[in-house]
Amino acid sequence: MKFSEQWLREWVNPAVDTATLAEQLTMAGLEVDSVESAAPAFNNIFVGEVVSLRPHPEADRLNICEVNVGQAENLTIICGASNVAQGVKVPAAVIGAILPGDFKIKKAKLRGVESFGMLCSAKEIGLAESAEGLMILPADAKVGESIRDYFSLDDQVIEVDFTPNRGDCLSVAGISREIGVLNNSEVTPVACDAVAPEIDDTFTIDVQAPADCPRYLGRVIKGINANAETPIWMQERLRRAGLRSLSPTVDVTNYILLELGQPMHAFDLNKLNDKIVIRRAKKNEKIKLLDESEVTLDENILVIADSNTAVAFAGVMGGFDSSVTSETQDIFLECAFFQPDTIRGKARQFGMQTDSSYRFERGVDFNMQQRAMERASKLIVEIAGGKVGPITEKVEEVSFPKRQNITFRRSRLTRVLGFSVENSVVENILTRLGMIWSHTDEGWLVVAPDYRFDIAIEADLIEEIGRVYGYNNLPTHSSLSELRFVEEPEANLNKARIRNTMVGLGYQEAITYSFVDKKIQQMLDPTNEPVELANPISAEMSVMRTTLWSSLLKTAEYNQARQQSRLRLFETGKRFIKSGNETVQETVIAGLISGDVLPTQWGSEQRKADFFDMKSDVEHLLNLTGNSDKFSFVAAEHPALHPGQSAQVLVENQPIGWLGSLHPAIKQQIGLNLPVILFELSYTYLEKGVVPKYCPVSKFPSINRDLALVVKESVSAGRVFAEIRKSGDDRLQLVEIFDIYRGKGIAEGSKSLAVSLTIQDDQKTLVDDEVDGIIQKILVSLQDSIGATLRE
Amino acid sequence: MKGRCLPSLFYLELIESVSNNMAIDTDSLFTEASAAINAAASLDLLDQIRVQYLGKKGSLTELLKGLKNLSGVEKKEAGQTINKIKQELQKQIEAKKTSLQVLELQKKLESEKIDVTLPGRGQSIGGLHPVTRTIQRIESFFHGLGFVTADGPEIEDDYHNFEALNIPENHPARAMQDTFYINEHSLLRTQTSSVQIREMQNSEPPFRIISSGRVYRCDFDITHTPMFHQVEGLMVDENVSFADLKGTLVEFMRHFFEVDDLQLRFRPSYFPFTEPSAEVDIQCVMCGGDGCRVCKNTGWLEVGGCGMVHPQVLTNVGVDNEKYTGYAFGMGADRLAMLRYGINDLRLMFENDIRFLSQFNRA
Repeated sequence: MKFSEQWLREWVNPAVDTATLAEQLTMAGLEVDSVESAAPAFNNIFVGEVVSLRPHPEADRLNICEVNVGQAENLTIICGASNVAQGVKVPAAVIGAILPGDFKIKKAKLRGVESFGMLCSAKEIGLAESAEGLMILPADAKVGESIRDYFSLDDQVIEVDFTPNRGDCLSVAGISREIGVLNNSEVTPVACDAVAPEIDDTFTIDVQAPADCPRYLGRVIKGINANAETPIWMQERLRRAGLRSLSPTVDVTNYILLELGQPMHAFDLNKLNDKIVIRRAKKNEKIKLLDESEVTLDENILVIADSNTAVAFAGVMGGFDSSVTSETQDIFLECAFFQPDTIRGKARQFGMQTDSSYRFERGVDFNMQQRAMERASKLIVEIAGGKVGPITEKVEEVSFPKRQNITFRRSRLTRVLGFSVENSVVENILTRLGMIWSHTDEGWLVVAPDYRFDIAIEADLIEEIGRVYGYNNLPTHSSLSELRFVEEPEANLNKARIRNTMVGLGYQEAITYSFVDKKIQQMLDPTNEPVELANPISAEMSVMRTTLWSSLLKTAEYNQARQQSRLRLFETGKRFIKSGNETVQETVIAGLISGDVLPTQWGSEQRKADFFDMKSDVEHLLNLTGNSDKFSFVAAEHPALHPGQSAQVLVENQPIGWLGSLHPAIKQQIGLNLPVILFELSYTYLEKGVVPKYCPVSKFPSINRDLALVVKESVSAGRVFAEIRKSGDDRLQLVEIFDIYRGKGIAEGSKSLAVSLTIQDDQKTLVDDEVDGIIQKILVSLQDSIGATLRE
Repeated sequence: MKGRCLPSLFYLELIESVSNNMAIDTDSLFTEASAAINAAASLDLLDQIRVQYLGKKGSLTELLKGLKNLSGVEKKEAGQTINKIKQELQKQIEAKKTSLQVLELQKKLESEKIDVTLPGRGQSIGGLHPVTRTIQRIESFFHGLGFVTADGPEIEDDYHNFEALNIPENHPARAMQDTFYINEHSLLRTQTSSVQIREMQNSEPPFRIISSGRVYRCDFDITHTPMFHQVEGLMVDENVSFADLKGTLVEFMRHFFEVDDLQLRFRPSYFPFTEPSAEVDIQCVMCGGDGCRVCKNTGWLEVGGCGMVHPQVLTNVGVDNEKYTGYAFGMGADRLAMLRYGINDLRLMFENDIRFLSQFNRA
């Protein structure tokens, strides 16, 4: 909300400057967003009267005007505006004037005639965004008065950002009250004296939903001039609050909304049938609103209706058909208190928010309607004339919000704030806030004022005391309370450890959006129907990823398009997989490598990263757990991966992830130009490791034996390993593979694996015979199980 | 072959001399041998010379053998002279050997010289995302204070994200957070506060919880991304006060930015789940509070929200709000990372350009 500082100071005027005032508001929880001048800088512009004018002899569109700016002699000013006329009063900039934008007015010759100034439009003096023609001032403007004075432009516009709890501050009156509390200064409310009725006309009001509308005031005003000009002072206050002047009735109701925080509405009396009915809407009842949108309502919506149809969306917006127009003469003025719960969320249901709904949702003072009605009536009559009728009021007091007695305990205040505020200070603050309080044994019994919808419990009062006392005047404990050990099982591999391992392996961590392009998602994981957002930002961010690959691949594409082709990326995050009615939200770690395996090198042969480069990294991660024996890789197919280069990672035969080369067809579709290797592992199995346990190192020498084993192609290296392990006893310490050979000397369809075995006993030095025995046993077993023979 | 022939000729001559004139022969033999040792250009050559003079069939050995023809006194004298020469030559050979070894090592070292300015071989180091760095730093600070990390789902239900946090349907506070919905009941969490609720429901006070992670709001412009990161802290115990909250956050911010006298201010604010509530501003770390573009000339930067846990929230999770009080705070990890590392565009965070990411690999 924006408002004029001058306006505020008419209500409350503490001896503090603008900056201090803004600071006070901010530090009281009414955050000041900006403080700006009411108008840009300009000077030497006066109210000028066009005394006479004649056409410029050399130019069709120009007039030579004689302008009285209150100086001894009239000024000759050439003007091109079409609305210039004899007798009009307009802003006139004289020689030496500086207009907004540092534009200087100098004596100028226009087609041979000298001009001694410039007549201005509203835009030229910064009072409007756009303008057609000169700004015509009211006839009573005093010739020669500085425009800045005339419009009271030496004013600041303060914009405040309100939190939803402070509905009581959404007006000049409310902010004044707050400023009064903070400065302990008196607030002078605007007079809202009753306007004496001149006519007896009334209009029937039938409140059928009193719980929704505990108070409804209506008044007939007849014979207004709907085309009357709103006075400059009001126009300016509206403008400074960001509202355009539209018509006398709209301007006045807007003005009351800003001044008192009471939304009001004026109907064209002659467009209403029989009576005003306040009721819930019927299902599918339609109404065309002031902004000409048509909405379909239901029983949750409160409407103002006449005997035939809804004429307003209560608390939100008036109807189009019953609205005041330039032809309107008689109006029905409404001023109501609608229950916040009735209005809440209703405008939003239709994608709307109005100044009115904003206030009713947060709570309007239910004792203000009479004052607002009188104030508005007075202003309308002053501006547009007309004769007022008596006010008709319908009240159901039992439905007014209750202000409960709140028990406010001294001890609780001290305990929550961590500081003992003196009783007299507490009481003083309560009084200033308009609370009714009395002493009790424990502290006080407090009743909040009607306009404070946000104060219902003790904690609210504690906040009020803290807030007015000043949060920053409250103490800060430097002791950080007693220390406590945190359980940190050593076997747990925390995320930091796992991430740092990836970093050590040369991976760069990425953080990508959890919502991805549905097309890419389905290409990578067609079997899982992704969770879709009901209101996504765009198609590219419309479904929750079921694999981190969807967004990592986009990242790869982004980087490759920027000449960054060597990539090693990882990400940790959740993937979202539907399982019946539930969505399993599992944290996974995923990686992507592409391009050269090493940074550009002079000293080793460069090659592209492949499956085994990434496999080694995945093995590193798995080995961190200390349970590497339990993990295995088996050839398996995944829709996103190359069918011949993909493995499922298992822990004790349960799948926990995938490793493989991106399927070339998908690679092409995503637009990646280099092969990509991917992995994704469930975090759960990585997080649980084992605490290392020492086992004695044998003092006896170890013996190495290399075997060249010939097996069928179909026998995997993993199988060979497993069989060797199975047949060797615990003296077989290490099995390593150091070569694979196919070709001359090996039968077609077979391969030779060169395996190195390390054998060691922890009790004695092994002799050749014993080692031979172990090897022999392994060979026999391999022959039986997988048909392995020694290469000749 | 030449080398092998030479000493054998020599050797015949010497044998002859011994029988003729003992004194002259030993002198010249010594001089010759000494010169040969001195001139030896390699360890191999030196060893040949050793064999030639001192070996089993060497000149000196032969001379000693020739003594058997001499008389007692002569034999003794000649024997002593030869042994003396032998010892001297051995000494010279050892000395020469040492110096030749030094020379050879030098030569070897010379030949093995490399250009140490060539870059090292092997894998490059990676790095953590700046947001992860930031979250790890924050968590580690609070771990030191006995807070434990908690995690929760990102697809949340309405109850944990709103209702339990005192934000009923149609509450104006819901409009403050543009929510991504999955359906009527589930949504993407708009705040990490939902984790607090789950943690409090599932265990008994006291609580010290720190929870960080992704949160989502339907907002995408130059200063908002639809996904961002929050770090949320919660402490509930028998005597936790607003003063503790202030003290903790002051200490934390000073540690985080490593500015000992960093100023903080607490502005009253409104969150449905805390009462009293405050926004936390820190003195601008870009300009030191003098006013700059980053702090919009106010000298202050908003870094988070905090407050005392609303009694109703404690009741909602079954905690006795008379016995216990607590504080909670939430901070934007992305914003803290931007301030800490001087990142001026939020969008960089999730583009994952490796030229951006790799800037955070050090320290």
